[in-house]
Amino acid sequence: MIDNFSWVAVYPEIVLLIMACVIAMVDLWVTTPRRNLTYGLSMLTLASVAIIQALYASSGTTLYSFGNMVVSDAMGNWLKCFATLAVMVTFVYGRPYVADRQMLKGGEWYTLTLFALLGMFVMISGNNFLVIYLGLELLTLASYALVALRRDNGNATEAAMKYFVLGALASGFLLYGLSMLYGATGSLDLSTVFTAVATGHVKHQVLVLGVVFVVCGIAFKLGAAPFHMWVPDVYQGAPTAITLLIGGAPKLAAFAMMMRLLVDGLLPLAIDWQQMLMVLAVVTLLIGNLSAIAQTNLKRMLAFSTIAQMGFVLIGMLSGVVNGNTLSAANAYSSAMFYMISYVLTTLGVFGVILLLAKEGFESEEIADFAGLNSRSPLFAGVMAVCLFSLAGVPPLVGFFAKLSVIQALVATGQPAAVGLAIFAVAMSLVGAFYYLRVIKVMYFDPPLSVATVSAGADVRFVLALNGGLVLLLGLLPGGLMALCANAVVQALGS
Amino acid sequence: MGMLSLAIWTPIVLGVLILALGRDDKASLVRWAALFSAVLSFLVCLPLYTQFDNSSASMQFVENMPWVLRFNMAYHLGVDGISLWLVLLTSFITVVVVISAWEVITERVNQYMGAFLVLSGVMIGVFCALDGMLFYVFFEATLIPMYLIIGIWGGPNKIYAAFKFFLYTLMGSLLMLVALIYLYIQSGGSFDLVVWQALPLSARAQTLLFFAFFAAFAVKVPMWPVHTWLPDVHVEAPTGGSAVLAAIMLKLGAYGFLRFSLPITPDASHEWAWLLIALSVVAVVYVGLVAVVQQDMKKLVAYSSVAHMGFVTMGFFMFSPLGISGGIVQMIAHGFVSAAMFLCIGVLYDRVHSREIASYGGVVNTMPKFTAFALLFAMANCGLPGTAGFVGEWMVILAAVKFNFWIGLAASSALIFGAAYTLWMVKRVYFGPVVNDEVKHLTDINAREFFMLSLLAVAVMVMGLYPKPFTDVMNASVDQLIQQASVSKLPL
Repeated sequence: MIDNFSWVAVYPEIVLLIMACVIAMVDLWVTTPRRNLTYGLSMLTLASVAIIQALYASSGTTLYSFGNMVVSDAMGNWLKCFATLAVMVTFVYGRPYVADRQMLKGGEWYTLTLFALLGMFVMISGNNFLVIYLGLELLTLASYALVALRRDNGNATEAAMKYFVLGALASGFLLYGLSMLYGATGSLDLSTVFTAVATGHVKHQVLVLGVVFVVCGIAFKLGAAPFHMWVPDVYQGAPTAITLLIGGAPKLAAFAMMMRLLVDGLLPLAIDWQQMLMVLAVVTLLIGNLSAIAQTNLKRMLAFSTIAQMGFVLIGMLSGVVNGNTLSAANAYSSAMFYMISYVLTTLGVFGVILLLAKEGFESEEIADFAGLNSRSPLFAGVMAVCLFSLAGVPPLVGFFAKLSVIQALVATGQPAAVGLAIFAVAMSLVGAFYYLRVIKVMYFDPPLSVATVSAGADVRFVLALNGGLVLLLGLLPGGLMALCANAVVQALGS
Repeated sequence: MGMLSLAIWTPIVLGVLILALGRDDKASLVRWAALFSAVLSFLVCLPLYTQFDNSSASMQFVENMPWVLRFNMAYHLGVDGISLWLVLLTSFITVVVVISAWEVITERVNQYMGAFLVLSGVMIGVFCALDGMLFYVFFEATLIPMYLIIGIWGGPNKIYAAFKFFLYTLMGSLLMLVALIYLYIQSGGSFDLVVWQALPLSARAQTLLFFAFFAAFAVKVPMWPVHTWLPDVHVEAPTGGSAVLAAIMLKLGAYGFLRFSLPITPDASHEWAWLLIALSVVAVVYVGLVAVVQQDMKKLVAYSSVAHMGFVTMGFFMFSPLGISGGIVQMIAHGFVSAAMFLCIGVLYDRVHSREIASYGGVVNTMPKFTAFALLFAMANCGLPGTAGFVGEWMVILAAVKFNFWIGLAASSALIFGAAYTLWMVKRVYFGPVVNDEVKHLTDINAREFFMLSLLAVAVMVMGLYPKPFTDVMNASVDQLIQQASVSKLPL
């Protein structure tokens, strides 16, 4: 029985789906390597979707549709809007790279990415275990194919294989956990599950067993240790344009999935999953930061750095409920959301520079390849340095305020363990500063290995400068984005 | 736009413009643009002094607007008698540093000049910030330009030095960050220093906060035993970097003690004052002795900086008006003198490319004008009456003798060690027979170097002969600070 039925809630998804199919067809007639038509149509689609999402989000209404299967709320709409923008930036940075490479220059990069984005949208909008799971599968299937696109390359094929096997395992975990919860509560609907759990009549052991598997599945998707094994291999093995895609927008969807499943659905069990997240956060911070030091491949180093950064997101997520009191929940979850958005913005800049330095037959992946970048291109080196300082959490860049807000949320819980974890996280960010600084050292202090100047189109240079500028600007004036996240999360919690 | 905003953002905006627009093929244009920017930034700071009200202890030129609403952070600026001269010192030293780099820096001139201008604005921001998080952001932001300055234009071992500088100071300040968050939560959601100064805190909390602040500021000052980064960094940094580091960056730490430790954790400050004074005495006596045996001129001046900063912290933690004023005067005097000492070493290094004392001897024979300057600054460094170095040391020693005779005795021994290491270096470098061909063919300073050194010489002389303008502005603020620090904040 479907009691509410509104197409409005899913307009962006519909536009995206139709256009992805249209672009897949149109691309058959496109022959030029730069694929201007495909690119133009994709950008146009994304721009209009982004605008629709921004309008939805700023109207601030919450809309349930298809019998509460999907929800269109401010948090979801903003996340979808930012994911769309991230994909647009990915297209701008990635187009020259893709056009130069034999296996990638088909239109698949565009269409598969659009389908991946559709998967993210469904994940973010899902208000039902199965819908979220379907979105996740659409995203990951498209991602497996994207990673495997360079099929003549051993590394890429290995990465795709690993990604697929481990990703399937993670999906299995998640699905198993969800089925436990379904068995215990008798519903797939998030709010029904929430109510059922909150009554306390459901057998606690079954629920907790389910939550363990759900948390494992989420940790896999986030790349939190000890479920992080796939991240370095995939980041390193995938063609850089695809690493950029995987490292960017899907993180926002993963955050939304975490919010929907753990908070919208299972908040009454927070005391259980917060402990799990705390263990995950400690292990993640430790493994991510320590392993990153040893890397010589920049993409692999950034993969471990991503793992470490996810530890901070987990810190935000585990500070919401104190002794059953949800007063500080909005503060904590909005800090995690702010962290994730600023992380994606920064990552786009870092991978964008790596991507633009790559030439045909030369991938520019080793840290040593960046030697003397400052004298070859001050703009690229500057953007890279700003982004790396931001990832290291040095003020006045956005990464600092991201770390500040999650640590503030953690300390605000007032638990002795939380203060201990805060000091541990701060110490780990000192370790993190070391490996980010090392890349900056290579770019600024070492003599260049080649004197070839770095060239890029005007559009790319503009977007890159904008990207670096935003990392700085949001560091100087972080209030707007923080308020946006806070409002969105307050609404999501209130409904 | 308020005057303090102008003082902070003029050098930053102009520095970023120079960074963005300059190229090495237009190096001389960049140099003039940088000089213009530095002078302009200095001029916009001058009204702060002329319009300053000496009789008022409260913050002046206050600007207060919301910055990050969600955390209740404010863009809250103001100067009082404690910070006023530090702001002026910062913009003055930046002018000198730009001049010092004129012909010396030939590669990436725009980045060098831009980095110093941005750094100047950021450091002024530290001295003006009245919001805890604004202070922290400025305080940490100084690391980025300094890291690049050391790493790009530094000496052979620059990478080690740049990392040591960055990580060492970051380690200290991260603990302070946790302290700031704790205060934010304790005060019910405020980062305002004024609120924090009135906030009652238990003895245990005060002790923890005191040591968290101590970690950040003691590393920056640097106090013994966390001073080991300073000699390494000074040796490798380019001349301008060393000058700014010694003249201003070290003061950020000492200033932090006055703004945070004393007024926010007064009980813990009193309780642990013996520790701070003991560490300061060690810095003054032991590090002074270490300086005597140095072979490298920059290392010698670096250790001498640690010893001089020991005077500053010693003065602060005796809680007497004389001690605190003396510490602040010593900060400003050391700013002029240490910058001058490093620039003198730079002048020699540009010609001979060696910092070893043993590479020199008899420089006075070939560079008489330069030696006159160097001797003046050396005398100021050992605290000769009539120079800037004397005033602050004298005030601190007076306060120390009042506080405890033996500490006063230990402190005054520093005058002897100071004279020993400085004059012995002067004797070996400047006097005696000409030791080698390189010294024989030295050319005396040119007009640019003469101008640069005379700017500092005038400052050193004026401050030594007529310190009244320096001490007058701070009396009211220092009295108020002592008042604040003497009231217990323990909850009843």
